[in-house]
Amino acid sequence: MTHLPDATIERLRLIAEHPDLSETRYEVVELIGRGGMGVVYSALDRELGRLVALKVTGTAASTPDMIARLRREARILARLEHPNIIPVHDVGLLPDGRTFYTMKLVRGRRLDEYVQTGRSLAERLQIFERICDAVAFAHAHGVVHRDLKPPNVMVGAFGEVLILDWGIAKTDPDPGIDPSFPSAAGTIVGTQGFMSPEQARGDPEVDARTDIHALGVMLRFLVQGRYEAYPRDEGRRHPKRLAAIADRATRLDPDDRYQSVRALAEDLARYRDALPVEAYRENLAERLGRVAGRYRVPLALVVAYMVMRLVLLLAVRK
Amino acid sequence: MVPSRLLNVPSVRPGGGSAFPATRPSVVQALDSPDAAARDRAFGTLVAIYWKPVYKYIRLRWNQIHEAGEDLTQEFFLQALGKGWLGRYDPSRARFRTFLRTCVDGHVANSQRAERRAKRGGRLAFVDMDFAAAEREFRDSAPPPDADVEAFFQQEWIRAVLELAIGRLRKESTEGGKQIPFALFLRYDVEATRRDDLLTYADLAREFALPRTQVTNFLAFARGRFRHHVLEALAELTGTEEEYADAVREILGGAAR
Repeated sequence: MTHLPDATIERLRLIAEHPDLSETRYEVVELIGRGGMGVVYSALDRELGRLVALKVTGTAASTPDMIARLRREARILARLEHPNIIPVHDVGLLPDGRTFYTMKLVRGRRLDEYVQTGRSLAERLQIFERICDAVAFAHAHGVVHRDLKPPNVMVGAFGEVLILDWGIAKTDPDPGIDPSFPSAAGTIVGTQGFMSPEQARGDPEVDARTDIHALGVMLRFLVQGRYEAYPRDEGRRHPKRLAAIADRATRLDPDDRYQSVRALAEDLARYRDALPVEAYRENLAERLGRVAGRYRVPLALVVAYMVMRLVLLLAVRK
Repeated sequence: MVPSRLLNVPSVRPGGGSAFPATRPSVVQALDSPDAAARDRAFGTLVAIYWKPVYKYIRLRWNQIHEAGEDLTQEFFLQALGKGWLGRYDPSRARFRTFLRTCVDGHVANSQRAERRAKRGGRLAFVDMDFAAAEREFRDSAPPPDADVEAFFQQEWIRAVLELAIGRLRKESTEGGKQIPFALFLRYDVEATRRDDLLTYADLAREFALPRTQVTNFLAFARGRFRHHVLEALAELTGTEEEYADAVREILGGAAR
């Protein structure tokens, strides 16, 4: 065998991990990403002539546990048919022993990349409301995501918002889905910085309020461009009432947070409509400012009318 | 003491690839087999994989000239065979690669102290060691003197494993009448990257006078078998399931992980 140059070695290492799709209707196009649970490729569905995203367990990770995890994720996705949750198309076993599922291929950007493209606050909040809608839907179907963060949200080219990566979601009992898997008591799953304190402790009883914590961190990121709360004297240029909503969502004690995603979304809607929000107690000046902002068009008309009357009055007197 | 272990997880499809290779036992375990023939076979496989990484490692880490590196490499494997060093590997303490490198370091240090390089030993008859080629490769890749020797040894080990897998694929393809899939694999996945060609499946189809779909299928087949041989080699070269899983993680999927 002749000497393999380093570039060839890198190519062969990638090729050696390609899934064996020879007995499926799919054909690998390119590697999209790699996570703890598997590798995601874009693949051509030859039957339908469309591109899909194909997630497959990594070679070293193709243990029975990981295979069960991937299949479980596919079943959870199948349970959650919602416009803002990535739809699953197919699941199967490959001749090389690995498990895969295919899903919609989203052409767009991760949320953390999307917000870097100079989007207005109104646009960012609109996206957040759609995320809340999808998470509330999942909660209503007994599924807690447990790993909500901007990299797990895709924003498509036409503004569609899709939540991905349900691999560590917790579910209510279901005949086809192991509810506790993959997190036994004491096992910590999730992402530091987004995880609620109870999730970071490995509490197996975490509920929907752990997602509310992560949503609060995401809201802060969307509004302020950072994940941590600003110290008291900083961050004045950011809307206080939005910061208060994020603060309420990320309280240490779950009982002090919004008790449902719906309640969080409703407070956000009140902010959007310039109504008082539950999370923030205004002083008189702030209330007047908010009301003035809310009724700025009729107020402007009244002021314009008054000015015009005054001008006319002065003209008549001359 | 190497615990008894066979990586004999049944394959999903007989004759096809498997996430875990189905057939070959770990040669690392076979090093302390009571069966002398099995021991020698295992040792031969290990030498075939490791002689070049060891030679280049000695050249770099111990700053030895070509001839001294050659002698030290030969001596190391001869003594390892004669004294059964490698059979003492304990998988609970380190990866086999780390253990082997430690043995090499000890051997070179001892040799330098005793100035035993003057005494030329025998040569390993059952493995063809082309030191001139190894030296050319070493000079061509020209690692800097302050290179990370561990990373260097790792890269050479990966190179040796992939070269072994290609060699086995070549043999299997010749014996099984699958020369065309292998030729496509060689042309598209091995040679093209050397020349930085932007070769397409359509180019291959023209070159080999095959329909494009056939090119896709043949390449998928050859890549699957290549993957199988890589995994099989890793199963042979590791001592435990954990070490095997680590090695698979290290070697597959490229460097940017």
